[in-house]
Amino acid sequence: MVTKKATTEQVPLVDYLRLGARPHLRAHECTNCGARFFDRRNACAKCGKTAFKNARIRNSATVRAFTIVHRAAPGIPAPYVSAIVTTEDGTTVRSNIVNCEPSPDAVKLGMKVKFTTYAIGIDDEGREAIAYGYQPV
Amino acid sequence: MAGDDVWVLGTHMTRFGRYPDKDWVDLASESAMAAMADGKVTIHDMEILAAGSLFNVSGGPGQRIQKQIGQTGIPVYNVANACATGATALRTVYMAIKAGEAEIGLAVGVEQMGKMGMLSGGTMKVSKTFEPEGRYGAVTGIDGYLGTEGMPGVFAQAGMAYANEFDGVGFEQFAKVAYKNHKNSTRNPLAQYRKEFSLEEVMGAPVMAYPNTLLMCCPTGDGAAAAVLVSAERLKSMSKRVQKRAVKISASVLTSDPWTEDSQVLPDVNTLTRNAANQAYEKAGVDPADLDLVELHDCFATAELLHYDNLGLCEHGGAGDWIDSGGPFREGEIPVNVSGGLISKGHPIGATGIANVYEVTTHLRGEAGDRQVKGAKVGLTHVIGLGSSCAIHILEKAAA
Repeated sequence: MVTKKATTEQVPLVDYLRLGARPHLRAHECTNCGARFFDRRNACAKCGKTAFKNARIRNSATVRAFTIVHRAAPGIPAPYVSAIVTTEDGTTVRSNIVNCEPSPDAVKLGMKVKFTTYAIGIDDEGREAIAYGYQPV
Repeated sequence: MAGDDVWVLGTHMTRFGRYPDKDWVDLASESAMAAMADGKVTIHDMEILAAGSLFNVSGGPGQRIQKQIGQTGIPVYNVANACATGATALRTVYMAIKAGEAEIGLAVGVEQMGKMGMLSGGTMKVSKTFEPEGRYGAVTGIDGYLGTEGMPGVFAQAGMAYANEFDGVGFEQFAKVAYKNHKNSTRNPLAQYRKEFSLEEVMGAPVMAYPNTLLMCCPTGDGAAAAVLVSAERLKSMSKRVQKRAVKISASVLTSDPWTEDSQVLPDVNTLTRNAANQAYEKAGVDPADLDLVELHDCFATAELLHYDNLGLCEHGGAGDWIDSGGPFREGEIPVNVSGGLISKGHPIGATGIANVYEVTTHLRGEAGDRQVKGAKVGLTHVIGLGSSCAIHILEKAAA
């Protein structure tokens, strides 16, 4: 959940995260084969065709793999849960599992999760960066 | 030794570990000279040199080595291919001989990592101002916010994806891999670590990225390995003793990762390994059941388990059962990583893909001492470089 302060400008952590009333991920989708990419591609890595359109990724997903990271990058609170999830429209996404105890007893393979966003910090110019994650349903 | 086969004539590896009093040029040169001495040849016999070092490739490692051991003017290829760097250097020489461009050549792999700490695919950049940068328009480092880019976690997820798909795979099965490899390393004088740990100690060690504990992760370290390859024709002109110790390369295969849905966010180490294994078995005319030993890329315990399945050592989906039944242990069906593997022998990145050829060659020659797999005739080596690349070599003992 994004706690919105009227005075704070929010920026997405990455450009494929679309904020607004209903935050979601947006991918470049190959118009020929449907493969999706979070960054721009010169040609589709799957089929080689060169036309792409924007695709809105669905927000419900299932945990396919996870790890509980105890030795984290500098400045990252640990432990935290990193996961590979498959969205209900078949796109594979990597993110943290949030609002969930970082323990193998709490996180389960095959667990249903839902897209969410959260603030990760404010920069020197007062802008707040928003990340995405998935939380247990 | 007929036809256009390529043979390993001589090989060597330094003990893996930490060498604060030497630099990577010393290590590579030492291994290069020892591999040539092992094959009763010198740098003046070499017609091509391929040198692999992930962290030193821009410094021209091949030419640096030549300045230590002999500048003969031969073509030099400097190679980097992530953790498949050494194997790629070896295959470079192999291809030159196959193509008829050379009859004999030297491959060297080296790395000096010291205590460089945990490796990560991420930049770990922390921004003071949130301006979009890079291909994803990221306003600060994403490692830890959008999942992990640290290697223990990346490979933990790869293992957990397998556990999600198949029954009988969990923390304990992954931990058994590390238990086995640490135990194996106690017999290998060239291993970085030579200490046995109980399964309880492996599982109870500090967690890096669940299910990988510290004892389930390979260390950083220093080391070099080298191999001299020779054509069948040239080998025939050499002494009987040298011919008898030569080992045939029945297959040399390199693949990269084809597109799969997962691979955008989770490196797919499976598909390219399966592709490489299928090609290698077909080229060599060998079945997994024919293998007497395998040295595979156990950068993390979770990775080794996947490759039992990818290399066809066990039934598809049966990697958990296979380790539970003792299949990959020294005394098992197909011993895997009798050297101690990357987990305990060590993983100086550029050296690894030649060091495992050293290991298998040494067993096929019957010269592996305490760790010898008795009567070994056929062995397989496998490495993965994230990005990704997979190299597989199948080696066979010379017919008596």
